[in-house]
Amino acid sequence: MLSIRLLNYYYMCGIVGLYFKKKKLHSQLGKYLSGMLDNMSSRGPDSAGFAVYNNVSKMYYKYSLCIADKFLANKFELEAKKKFNDVKIKNLSDHYVLETLSTPKTVIPFLKKNYETILIVGYGKSIEIFKQVGNPKDIVKKFKLEDFSGSHGIGHTRMATESAITIDGSHPYSTGEDECLVHNGSLSNHNNLRRQLVKQGKSFDSLNDTEVAAGYISNNLSKNKSLDKTLKNCLKDLDGFYTFIAGTNKGFAVLRDEIACKPAVIAENSDYVAVASEFQAMAHLPNVNNAKIYEPEPGVIYTWGK
Amino acid sequence: MGKIEILDFKKNNLRKINSSLQNINHKNNKRDFVIKNPAGEHAICAGLKEEMSVTIKGHVGYYCGGMNQKANIYIEGNAGTGLGENMMSGTIHVKGNASQSAGATAHGGTIIIDGDASSRCGISMKGVDIIVKGSVGHMSAFMAQAGTLMICGDAGDALGDSIYETVIYLAGNTKSLGVDCIEKKVTKYDLKKIENLIKIGNVKKLKPHNFKKFGSARKLYNFNIDNVSDY
Repeated sequence: MLSIRLLNYYYMCGIVGLYFKKKKLHSQLGKYLSGMLDNMSSRGPDSAGFAVYNNVSKMYYKYSLCIADKFLANKFELEAKKKFNDVKIKNLSDHYVLETLSTPKTVIPFLKKNYETILIVGYGKSIEIFKQVGNPKDIVKKFKLEDFSGSHGIGHTRMATESAITIDGSHPYSTGEDECLVHNGSLSNHNNLRRQLVKQGKSFDSLNDTEVAAGYISNNLSKNKSLDKTLKNCLKDLDGFYTFIAGTNKGFAVLRDEIACKPAVIAENSDYVAVASEFQAMAHLPNVNNAKIYEPEPGVIYTWGK
Repeated sequence: MGKIEILDFKKNNLRKINSSLQNINHKNNKRDFVIKNPAGEHAICAGLKEEMSVTIKGHVGYYCGGMNQKANIYIEGNAGTGLGENMMSGTIHVKGNASQSAGATAHGGTIIIDGDASSRCGISMKGVDIIVKGSVGHMSAFMAQAGTLMICGDAGDALGDSIYETVIYLAGNTKSLGVDCIEKKVTKYDLKKIENLIKIGNVKKLKPHNFKKFGSARKLYNFNIDNVSDY
């Protein structure tokens, strides 16, 4: 019995992260990240998503939006161009990245008021997020991840356990500017925590446990706590299994709960840091066999690009 | 012994490679194999049942050498979760580190890990000898029933929690002992056993008297004969 139960714990969702230490490698991010997601299909065939960080401009904000209805998308495009300053819109499958000088304070309330059906997947000066239901292999193709460049990226392949297979239930979750979270595991106190966070003014789009964790993290960060401190609090306040990769515009952090049922492996060399649920996901990375390969210790926070 | 046969994951898939190892040709009697480009694939060399030697050149995924009988497997890299799970006999030798649950439920044979083993090493082991030259993570030898776990480095939290008859030899320190696990006196018999394991694992710089011994205090519910009347 024991080993069967453990076996179930080892599977369920795949997470990946890739951070480049050298600028000249930025153009390769999409290529390697898509390979990593593709290799994690076996752990999560239900849906997939990824966040790519690319600091192109310090002025413009990027809003990643999911608009399923084409007509609505056309209507929105026209109105956005009139309403906001200096608008550029990029369309990939059902996702639209709105790039504008207008700040979240004007854009987000406008969207929530006038376009209820548009899902705000994420926003920030650096982040672009895409997620969809289906096989990870098809999803990375639809969003042309291979063509993306950036300093770091995070991805997730989902095997749904506690909420429906929908875009709402897909990772990464972004609940703050340039923040995102992917999670392998399941939380048991998310309903309680959600209620507490709602009282503090946070809002949630789904019943998913990871969204609560993401909300918890951005709530802490908005109180000017450091990412390190925030994740330390996670160990205290979050109950359940988790391996997290939490991204910010500077880099990302990895944390495993203290029981550490959920796997993670890190490969690091002078060029990059790669994190994944299994080594398999990073086997295609250049020179990985000579990289320093280790497992993150339970309850220890690892950060890159502070 | 015939010539060494090379099995390449760039040319063949896992099922083909495993099946050719599980059903070796007795006419040409080839028993020396090299596996190339394993790329972290799962269940490599699972279910081998004859005497042979397989060298894997690279990192392997989950359950490498699972259910192994008689085969000698040498991994020139790291191993993923569940290395040699439910192994019956034979040898598995990892040059790098092993992930969680190495040697889980294994009944016999020897597992040698040159690097570190992660958490739950030897969980529920049932007779295997595991030699870890580095350190092990938390909850190692959890509910371990028989066999020996030798650790040349340190152990994480809750070593030997709810242990049965497995014996743990530890050269370094443990963060904490699990429930019902206590330090025991090293006897002459133990010293002989440790010496033998040192030889098998080719452990350097350590002598039998460097090791402490841990085992079950036999205080838990299931050790109390009075509880038999509950059934």
